Amino acid sequence: MKIANKTVTATRLVKDALEKAKHFADYNIFTFIDEEGALKKAAEIDDKIARGEKVGRLAGVPYALKDNFMSTRGDTTASAHILEGCASPITATAVERLENEGAIMIGRTNLDAFAHGSSTENSYYGPTLNAYDKTRVAGGSSGGSAAAVALDIVEFATGTDTGGSIRQPASFNGVYGLKPTYGAVSRYGVVAMASSLDCIGFFTKTPEDMDLLMSVASGRDPKDLTTLPDFYNTNPQLGDSRPVASRPSLRGSAAQSAPVVAEGLESPKLRIGIIKDFDNDVVDAEIRETLKDKCELLKSKGYEIVELEMPSLKYALAVYYIIQPAEVASNLSRYDGVRYGFRSEKSGDLDSLYGNTRSEGFMPENKRRIMIGNFVLSSGFFDAYFLKAAKARTMIADEYKKAFEKCDFILTPVSPSPAFKLGEKVNDPVAMYLEDLMSVSLNLAGVPGLAIPAGRNKAGLPIGLQLVAPRRQDKALIEFAKELQDE
Amino acid sequence: MKYVPTIGIECHVQLCTKTKLFSEVDNDARGKEPNSCVSPVDYALPGMLPRLNGEAVRLAILAGRAMNCEINSYSRFDRKHYFYPDSPKGYQITQFYHPIIGVGYVELPSGTKVRIEHAHLEGDAGKLTHFDGYSLVDLNRVDTPLIEIVSMPDIHSAKDAHDYCKELWRLMRYAGVTYGDLYNGNMRFDVNTSLAPEGSDKLGTRTEVKNLNSFRSVERAVEYEIARQTKVLESGEKVVQQTLGWSDATGKTSPQRSKEVAADYRYMPEPDLPPIRLSREFIETESAKLPLMPASYRAKFGSVIPTDTLEILLDYPELMSRLGEIAPHAISLVSNLFTSVLLAEEKSAEYLNDLPTAAELSELAEMNEKKELSSTATKEVFLRLFDPQMKGRGARQIAKELGLIQENNLGALEKIVDVVLAKPETKKAQDDFRNGEEKVIGFLVGQVMKESHGKANPSAVQEILRKKLA
Repeated sequence: MKIANKTVTATRLVKDALEKAKHFADYNIFTFIDEEGALKKAAEIDDKIARGEKVGRLAGVPYALKDNFMSTRGDTTASAHILEGCASPITATAVERLENEGAIMIGRTNLDAFAHGSSTENSYYGPTLNAYDKTRVAGGSSGGSAAAVALDIVEFATGTDTGGSIRQPASFNGVYGLKPTYGAVSRYGVVAMASSLDCIGFFTKTPEDMDLLMSVASGRDPKDLTTLPDFYNTNPQLGDSRPVASRPSLRGSAAQSAPVVAEGLESPKLRIGIIKDFDNDVVDAEIRETLKDKCELLKSKGYEIVELEMPSLKYALAVYYIIQPAEVASNLSRYDGVRYGFRSEKSGDLDSLYGNTRSEGFMPENKRRIMIGNFVLSSGFFDAYFLKAAKARTMIADEYKKAFEKCDFILTPVSPSPAFKLGEKVNDPVAMYLEDLMSVSLNLAGVPGLAIPAGRNKAGLPIGLQLVAPRRQDKALIEFAKELQDE
Repeated sequence: MKYVPTIGIECHVQLCTKTKLFSEVDNDARGKEPNSCVSPVDYALPGMLPRLNGEAVRLAILAGRAMNCEINSYSRFDRKHYFYPDSPKGYQITQFYHPIIGVGYVELPSGTKVRIEHAHLEGDAGKLTHFDGYSLVDLNRVDTPLIEIVSMPDIHSAKDAHDYCKELWRLMRYAGVTYGDLYNGNMRFDVNTSLAPEGSDKLGTRTEVKNLNSFRSVERAVEYEIARQTKVLESGEKVVQQTLGWSDATGKTSPQRSKEVAADYRYMPEPDLPPIRLSREFIETESAKLPLMPASYRAKFGSVIPTDTLEILLDYPELMSRLGEIAPHAISLVSNLFTSVLLAEEKSAEYLNDLPTAAELSELAEMNEKKELSSTATKEVFLRLFDPQMKGRGARQIAKELGLIQENNLGALEKIVDVVLAKPETKKAQDDFRNGEEKVIGFLVGQVMKESHGKANPSAVQEILRKKLA
C-alpha cells in the first residue's frame, strides 16, 4: 500500500485515485465522489508532512467506503431509495479509526440496497460491473468496493459481510476480502442488516494491507456492546495454543518475536481442513480443481491435509435464510418516512404514510426478506422456524469448534461459481441465495473467513478460495494467507 | 348468583436515572422543549446501537428487592415490534423471555399479600399529541427506563387494588428508583378485572383498563368494571375480552380496541445487547443499600404513632427516615407536627427536601415536654426551623430570639400579676370576678400576658390570679 511521504504526496495519491474513478465511471462503482473533501484532507496531510509532524499509519491512503457506513461526508443511502438524502450527523467507529490514521475517503461505493443480494443488481442505482468482464456482475453485496480495489482505483475499500457480502465479490474480482470474527470491528454507525451476523471488513490487494487495516480498525468500542475485547494485536495464538509464528511454515513477519525452533527438532505440522461436504457437483469444476491444486501445493510445503465431515453445514443456508430475514425485518422497521430519508408523496394518513413510503422506498428483495422475516417471527411460527434455526445455529457453531480440534485452518471454495452474467439470476431468488451456500455458515458460527485470489479460470475470470480460522484467530488467518500467495 | 372479582395489575415505573436506558442523553425532560432530549440512538438513525445504562440495572435490583423479589443473575432483552410514530425503531426493547426481576410479593397495610409474577426492564415510548388532521410527536420520553411490574391475580376488591397501587408507589419511592410523580406519568397502571361465580375454580373473561395514573382512578375503574361485568353476566350475556380506557370525568370505562385478534408483536431476541449477568455478590451489595421499607416502619412505630397518622406519614419516605433518627420520646410529638403543621403548609413539598435535623427536632420536642414552649409556640418554632433566615440555629436559639420561652418561675410571675392588679383599669374586672363573673379571668390573664410580653405560661398565671382574687 502506498502511504504518503515527502516525495509521494497525499495529494498525488488522491488525485490519481480520483482520476481512475472517473476513468472507470462506466463500471458504476461509486454512488458519491467527494473530490473537494478528499483533496482538502490530502493537502492537510501534506502540510503536516512538510512541517515534519507525525502522520498516521494510513497517511494519505485513498480508500472507498461502502455506502452503508454512516459518515458526515456525503449522504448515506445504502443504495436504497428509502434512505435517499439521509445526511448523517455521526461517523461510524470504523471510519473514524481509519481516518484518524490519515486514510482519505474518495467516494462511497455501490451495493445491493441494504446489502440484500449477491450481485449488486438490487441497488437503487443499478448494478456494478465486474472488474474483469463488463458483461458480468461484480458480486455482492459489496460489489462496488470489490471492483474499486480490483481496478486499482483505491488502495483498499470497506465492506460488510452478513452471509458472504465481502468474500464473494472479493473472489469475483480477484482481491482479498476479510470477514473478521464477529465483534472484531465495531458495527456502530453501519446500517444494520442482520445484527447477529453483520461483520465489518475490508478489501485489499495484499494480506499485508489487510493486517494493517485490522490492526487499525479492530478492537472494543463502547458504542457497540457486541464488540470483543481487543485481541487482534495481542493474541497471535491458535486454538491449540501453539504459537503460530513458531511453526516452521509460518516464519513470516510475525516470527520475529517467536521462539527459535531448534535445528533438526520435529515440529508439529500445520493441519489444513478440507470440507468433504462441499466437494460435489453444485460447485464449478474449475473451482474444485483450483482447490485441489492448492492442497497439493500445501502438501508439498509440508502441511497436512485433513478431510472434515461437517454434516450440519447442509442446514446452514436454510438456517441463515430464517435468522437473517427475521433480523432484517426487525432492523428495517425504522424506515417509516417519519424522521429521515424518503417519504412518499401519497401519505394522507398514518397507514398510507407507512404503506406507501415502504412500498415505494424498498427494493423487491428488501420486501421479500421483510415478508419472510415477519413470517418466521409471527406467533405460532416462531418456535417452528426462528427458534429451531437458532438451535441449528448453535449446532453449526459447535461443529466448527470440533473441526478446529482436528485442523488449524479450513480451506473451501467461496461460492459455487465464478462471476455470473448480469441478469442471469436476478429473477431467481433461490439461485441467488445459493451463492451464499459456502459462506453463510461462517457468519452463523462467528468465525473469521478470508477470500484469497487463486488464479483465473479458462475464461479469464478470477477464482477465489476461502480460508477459515477459529474465532479470534484473524491475525493467524492473515499470516497464513501470506503463505498461500501466488509466487 | 354472587360473583368474585379477580384483579391483576401491571404497573409501569419510570426510573429516575440520569440518562436514558440506551443512550447518554438527559433522562429528565421535565420543563424541556419537545424533542430536545433525543440522541441518534433514540430517534433510530440507521446504524445506531443501544448501550445499556448500568444505573437502570442497579435501580431494577433495588425495585425488585423492595418487592421481596428474586433478582435473576441472567436476564436479556427482546424486541417487541409494532408500527407507531411513538416508537422510532419500530420496536420496543423489553425483556420478554428472561426478565431481571423474578417472583416476590407486596404486603398491603391490611396484611394481604399480593404476589409479583415478575418485573422487567424496558424502554418507554414517545408521546403523541393529536390535533385536528395532524399529530405532533415528542420523542423526549423515548427509552426512558421503565420497569413493568406484573402482579399475580391475587386482588379481589377495588379497595385492595387501590392499596396495592399505593403500596407499590411507596415501595418504589422508598427504594429511590423513581420520582413517583403520578400526575406526570412516572407510574401508570393497567388493571385486569374478571368475575367468576363464587366457588368456581375458573377465572372469568377479563377486561384491561389501560393507563390509569391515580390510585383513586384505579379504585373507581375497578368498582365500575365489577358493577358493569356483574350486570352483563346477570343478564346472561358474556363479558367481551377487550382493552378499555377510563375517563375520570364521566366515571366510566369505554372500549379502546378489540383484543379478540391479539396484536402480534413478533418478539425476537435483541441481537445488539449481550445478556445481563449479575454476580450474587453484586446483587447483595446493591440490595444492602435499600433503606427501611414501609412494612418495617409499621412494625417499628405501630405502638407509638396512631395508624391513621402513620399511614399518612408513610407516603413521605423523607419524613419516615427522619422519624427513624430522632429520640424515641420525641416521635409522638414530631409525627404530629409533621402531619398537622408541615403537611398543611403550602410549601410542604419544598420543605420535604430540606428537613430540620434530628437533633433540632428532638430539642424542640424536649422544650415542649418541659413546658418551656406552649403548643402554639412549639408550632411556631417548628415552622421557623424551615425558615431560610433562621435555619441551623436550633430550636432553643430560635425560641429565645422570638421570645417564645414561657416564664414558669412563680415568683417572677407573681410580681407581674401584682403590677397588673395594681393598674386602675383592671379594678372593675377584679370586682366583677369577685362577684362571680367567671369569664373575666380571661381578660386578666390576657393583661398579664401582655405585661410579660407573651412569655408567661398562661395556666400558671391563671392559678396565681385565682389565688390572689380569692
